[in-house]
Amino acid sequence: MTIPLSYNLRNLVARKTTTIMTALGIALTVAVLLSVVALVDGLRTSLAGSGHPLNVLVMRRGAPSELGSIVTPTQFQMIKSHSGIARMPTGEPIASMELVSIIILESPEIPSGININLRGISPMGFAMRDYVKIVEGRMFRPGHREVVVGKSVAKRYPMARLGKKLSFGKGEWEVVGVADGGRSASNSELFADINQLASDQNREVALSSIVLRATDASNMQALINRLTADQGLNVDAKTERSYYDSQTSSAAPVQYLGTFVAIIMAIGSCFAAMNTMYAAVARRSAEIGTLRVLGFSRGGILTSFLLESLLLSLIGGVVGCLLVLPLNNVSTGVGSFVTFSEISFEFSVTAQTMLVGIAFAMLLGAAGGLFPAAAAARKQILTALKEI
Amino acid sequence: MVRHLPMILKNSLRNKRRSLLTLLSIAASLCLLGVLGALYHAFFLTVATEDEALRLIVRNRISLANPLPASYLPRIKAVPGVTEVTAWQWFGGVYKDATDPAYQFARAGLEAEKVPLIYPEYKIPPDQFKAFVAEQTACLLGKKTADRLGIKVGDRLTVVGDYFPVTLELVVRAIYDAPKNNESLFFHFKYLNESMKAAGQPMDEVGTFTIRMARAEDATAISKAVDDMFHNAPERTKTESESAFVLSFVAFLGNVKAFLLIVCGAVTFTILLVAGNTMAMSVRERTREVGILKTLGFTRAGIVGILVGESIVISILGGVIGVGLAYGVCALAQQMPSTFTDMSAVTLPPIMAVECIAVAGLIGLISCLIPAIGASRRSIIEALRFSG
Repeated sequence: MTIPLSYNLRNLVARKTTTIMTALGIALTVAVLLSVVALVDGLRTSLAGSGHPLNVLVMRRGAPSELGSIVTPTQFQMIKSHSGIARMPTGEPIASMELVSIIILESPEIPSGININLRGISPMGFAMRDYVKIVEGRMFRPGHREVVVGKSVAKRYPMARLGKKLSFGKGEWEVVGVADGGRSASNSELFADINQLASDQNREVALSSIVLRATDASNMQALINRLTADQGLNVDAKTERSYYDSQTSSAAPVQYLGTFVAIIMAIGSCFAAMNTMYAAVARRSAEIGTLRVLGFSRGGILTSFLLESLLLSLIGGVVGCLLVLPLNNVSTGVGSFVTFSEISFEFSVTAQTMLVGIAFAMLLGAAGGLFPAAAAARKQILTALKEI
Repeated sequence: MVRHLPMILKNSLRNKRRSLLTLLSIAASLCLLGVLGALYHAFFLTVATEDEALRLIVRNRISLANPLPASYLPRIKAVPGVTEVTAWQWFGGVYKDATDPAYQFARAGLEAEKVPLIYPEYKIPPDQFKAFVAEQTACLLGKKTADRLGIKVGDRLTVVGDYFPVTLELVVRAIYDAPKNNESLFFHFKYLNESMKAAGQPMDEVGTFTIRMARAEDATAISKAVDDMFHNAPERTKTESESAFVLSFVAFLGNVKAFLLIVCGAVTFTILLVAGNTMAMSVRERTREVGILKTLGFTRAGIVGILVGESIVISILGGVIGVGLAYGVCALAQQMPSTFTDMSAVTLPPIMAVECIAVAGLIGLISCLIPAIGASRRSIIEALRFSG
């Protein structure tokens, strides 16, 4: 025979203030945890959406990122002649040589400025990123000092909005377009004509990286192996996807700190839940005695109090989820230790995130409710009935 | 209130389990508050030491990834108020294992003979320093890193370049100790230069320049003089204080300031809920006792004092334990290798510790005030009749 759940529910309602306060404590703990999860998820989504599944990224051997890599036009010609590279209908290999540099943009939030990726690119390079679309203004013209900015950059840095002028290289560059890269790292970049940029930075023969499109997935690994094995080329090749995946670690400092905070807060809230449940057990001593007289077993009592604690934490968990919901799609940025520039992304609060939060809250409730429930179950009928 | 102290203490021991749980949950929260406070302090409130205030960093205006011409050095040195300038090149690279944080410490090239002039706070045994200057492949290592990794003078160290396509074979010739930032490895800038020449990529550029000034008051004037001097040069400069330069790396982690403040707020609010909840429970439990106290002639103020006093005693005790725990966590954090911030600066200044305990006391006061006043207002008859 089990004690009906409505008994617990009515008990929680009867002690409104206590219930609300304990649940709120749990809710805030869950909210802190979830905001960190949402941040890491957002970064992961943004990076997972970057790069084409068939793209291969080629950099100087040992280079940790495009910024630290140097490739030459000669290498580009040699690489283009490799087999396994997809071709345009015209017969031209689908390959793009790119120049990656960094400029500092200032924002009202961070007046000292943040590193932003600046990518010199050819029309082919743009075509290879088919998820990037110009949504405002137009494309830059080759041979002109013009840039297209990713939409997150335009949003977060007023000095890089449409029509503004940026000063780097050998002159002023006009922002002529805004590009939407879906949920990808391209939103955090600036794009310019590769030839103009290379000439401005005196890097005509020292570019950064090469992106290739493999003909199909089965050929991709073979192409990567061939390029890496070529001693004359002295390059490392990897899938573009894996390059972006490796940058997820950029959120590690925030992740560690956030997890630490959530755990300590969880310990605190767990004690608080324990307190509430012990008080509930103490105040309902006579009730517990009565239940036992009526024939409910010790196990039944244990389950009932544990359920009440779980119910309490469930409320907390749900409120916690509601608290982080407004965070969804709020844009933020973290510095990538791989590229030394900022990746902008949006917090992502998904159904899965919320399930994690609720599970975490229930865990808290179970830990906090177990001992009080056991204490309730252990009570002797007579002594329980005698207590006020 | 002091008169009632024995009673307050006795009362707080009445329900030992509840007092303990409350105490622990306040301690957990206060520990967190303390650690976050220590981090905030380390990031944003540390005052530059006398030596730090005498140093300026000159970097490329566009970004740190853009180098500066080596030819700028004599021109910077000629600026009035500048006593010494060294070329400074961040190297990075991989020592043993790039994925193991234990092997991560700053590695940079500079002009070896200028170390005591630029960094007079570094304590180096004179014979060791002489040996470091005399040998081009020698390096100078911070004591904390040396101790942590068990490296001694005379040991060999191989650092494989990532941003630079060269491998440095270094010999530890000197170990320095400094009150702050005693973890870096410094080698001869000239050695890097020669290695790059040997690799077929000679460079006549440096990452940054570090200036030592005669007087800290000249910082603004010198920064302006340097930046103005290169205003029309191909590579414009940005000169800032060493501490501002370091802070720009913290900004790189994301909006750390807002993160810490929001979490601190959430934690404080949570403890307030928890403490308020428990105190309300405990006051409620002794409503009848309040009736008895009143019959015995206790005034309303006296009763409020006794109840509030108990709450404050428990909270302050929890606060003290929490701050103690926070010191423990800080001590652990200081042992961690610093990558972007100086971990040895993570400590809770006494004033902040006192503030934390005061916050705990205040929480005890606020959380108990309303239930205590409520209880003291009841008439004797009503209170005596109260059955919980």
